Amino acid sequence: MSLAEFFNMGGYALYVWSSFGATAILMIAEPIILRGRRRTVLQRIVRLIRIRTEEK
Amino acid sequence: MSSRIINWFKFSSPASFYPLAGKLIPFFTVAAVILIAVGLYLSFLVAPTDYKQGEGYRIIFVHVPAAWMSMFIYLVMAFWAALGLIFNTRLSAMMAESLAPTGAMFTFLALWTGAFWGKPMWGTWWVWDARLTSELILFFLYIGYIALKGAIDDTRRGDRAGAILLLVGVVNIPIIYYSVKWWNTLHQGASIDMQTGSSMASIMLITMLIMALGFWMYSIAVALSRVRSIILERERDSQWVSQLPEVQR
Repeated sequence: MSLAEFFNMGGYALYVWSSFGATAILMIAEPIILRGRRRTVLQRIVRLIRIRTEEK
Repeated sequence: MSSRIINWFKFSSPASFYPLAGKLIPFFTVAAVILIAVGLYLSFLVAPTDYKQGEGYRIIFVHVPAAWMSMFIYLVMAFWAALGLIFNTRLSAMMAESLAPTGAMFTFLALWTGAFWGKPMWGTWWVWDARLTSELILFFLYIGYIALKGAIDDTRRGDRAGAILLLVGVVNIPIIYYSVKWWNTLHQGASIDMQTGSSMASIMLITMLIMALGFWMYSIAVALSRVRSIILERERDSQWVSQLPEVQR
């Protein structure tokens, strides 16, 4: 089986790769978004702590 | 027995669950990566061509695991919702909340991959078939839950409202599951039947199960990671959060 044949998926390329592609994109994007969320909340907490210590 | 009960309640406290979740995430991540890598290898290079659907049937290896996860995650969320309402533990609602986007994502993927499977095999992207319609309702339930939580500023009240929505929506899960039996429409029957076993070749079945297990591990890793952020967001003013090594600079 050649590479071109493999990607052609017996004529079902559009359907197979759209399915696997969308799944891959979302399952890679979600952890990246989560990392961003964690960074944001940590920065916010660091700021909160700084404000609190300055008030004292 | 009594020590066991104490342990359970110990981990229902966000302060002790937060570090535990952090320790568990790497294991589930590694398991997810390995299982999905093996699953993809089997999906494309080992599983044989289907005699009826050619190579197009390979969509099954993401479609069915995604559809299973969409339903299973909802059940787990409903379980946490019930636990939260009964024991009034703060962590339960956070666990339910942490699963919602992942559940919505898998529901979307089940619908999406289903459309891309339906087009070549049935000749249509969408029909108002019982299975497809009830799965679409599941998607709206996830979106509704997320929107409801976002709309209520009081977190405790939001938790309770969300929990009730989740528990009412549980009725949809058996409807999805049995829809292919109750209404004989376009969607094919279950690949694995509780009574009669599987209707598939064993290598196809194994591939599907490995992918499903990989999606499970992925969901657990992602939900644990999200619940850690939710805990931090909600407990940002507490003493233990300000003493965490990751905020000490």
